Amino acid sequence: MTSPISRGFHGRRPAPGAGRLPPGQYETHDFPVLSEGPTPHTPLDKWSFTLVGAGGKKARWNWTEFEALPHEKLTTDIHCVTKWSKFGTAWSGVSIDALLAAGAAMGVEPAPYAVAASDGGYTTNVPLADLTHGQAWIAVGYDGEPLAAEHGGPARLLVPHLYFWKSAKWIRELRLLDHDSPGFWERLGYHNYGDPWREQRYTGDE
Amino acid sequence: MTPDNATTPTTPSYTPHPIPWRIATVMRIVQETPRVRTIVFDVPGWPGHRAGQHVDVRLTAEDGYQTERSYSIASPPEEAQLSLTIERLEDGEVSSYLVGELRVGDTIELRGPIGGHFVWDFPDGGPLVLVGGGSGIVPLMAMLRHRALASPELRRALPARLLYSSRAWGEVIYRDELARLGANDPTLEIVHTITREPPPSWTGFRRRIDRAMLEAFTGSAAERPRLYVCGPTPLVEAVADTLVAMNYDPATIRTERFGPTGGTG
Repeated sequence: MTSPISRGFHGRRPAPGAGRLPPGQYETHDFPVLSEGPTPHTPLDKWSFTLVGAGGKKARWNWTEFEALPHEKLTTDIHCVTKWSKFGTAWSGVSIDALLAAGAAMGVEPAPYAVAASDGGYTTNVPLADLTHGQAWIAVGYDGEPLAAEHGGPARLLVPHLYFWKSAKWIRELRLLDHDSPGFWERLGYHNYGDPWREQRYTGDE
Repeated sequence: MTPDNATTPTTPSYTPHPIPWRIATVMRIVQETPRVRTIVFDVPGWPGHRAGQHVDVRLTAEDGYQTERSYSIASPPEEAQLSLTIERLEDGEVSSYLVGELRVGDTIELRGPIGGHFVWDFPDGGPLVLVGGGSGIVPLMAMLRHRALASPELRRALPARLLYSSRAWGEVIYRDELARLGANDPTLEIVHTITREPPPSWTGFRRRIDRAMLEAFTGSAAERPRLYVCGPTPLVEAVADTLVAMNYDPATIRTERFGPTGGTG
């Protein structure tokens, strides 16, 4: 179906960098907050991160140990399914590649699917192939500062090439699975994969 | 850490088919406040919705340029026509069009309903405790309108409270309808706080929602109320943090954070 013209709508053409804006999105300079419940505030001395392998083997890091893993800095665009995109966001964190390498040394076996699980019970699923090869991080810093709790601190998953609900805030665990297991929003009508460039917002979108 | 099945949705709205774009025709426009309008649409084929859900709206310019935003649904599931209540934002590309330009008889595209978490229906139970700020009232109003259509017996079983923060009395969205709903229903309590410009004779709250206000308003955590908090991010963060500190179970607190209705545009 061709969309009818909205009478009298002229819109605001995205300025330079329009090629960076996926379909249906608009650029924001704010950093909106979207979460389905209260913001958890886990103290760093109670925080740990666990990588669970397909065979059930676990690797766990407390905050001090996690901070000792190699950190990277990156700058990337992010795209929220609620339509905003934010360009050039600056993060720091541990790449999933580095995490898997450290986990492998502790016997954690990889698997084709992953589920991120967070404080508060939130979950989201991502194929492991979308987390490796420099595509995803456990982010602990934003704009040169520790990541604020309302934006997912102390640590959140960052998978910038997928809609931002995949970048689970307050992540505490990454489970590697031999089967796909839809997470919180994926079971509530949102797309299982969530590619912003193909506008995969909701279940059934191509 | 909570296992992931702690928040496994109980009523998944798994939709195997794409959610199609539909043509919506403007039937009626209600000016709610100087910056806020309700637009009533006829949407052929609308599949129905639950109170609290939203829609995506898509506008298309003559040269094919398109943009989308999300807006909460204001009308209850029982109404055939779909109402959106939209606040005009300074510099809002879409809201300024919807609030300023759109006229009766115009058409836009929308699709939905979307969202299966910030929803309330009778089986979800009560007491229902709603806390809203500004245009965050919109999805809460869909819940109150839905509840108002229940039998008096059912309403007694599902008592409800609304704590609603507005900057000025003239910016209270649905002010008269809220007064009517409250006056006709002894099981519904509505409390306003007016943070910046209360009327001269105002005897109610005149500050931002805080712990003392919530303690006076929300009732006991032992009642395990269904809590819904919607409004600007700072309000939602503050209220949700306070409710957790007051020992309400975080799993019973549902939040929706936005600037204006549904988005920042």
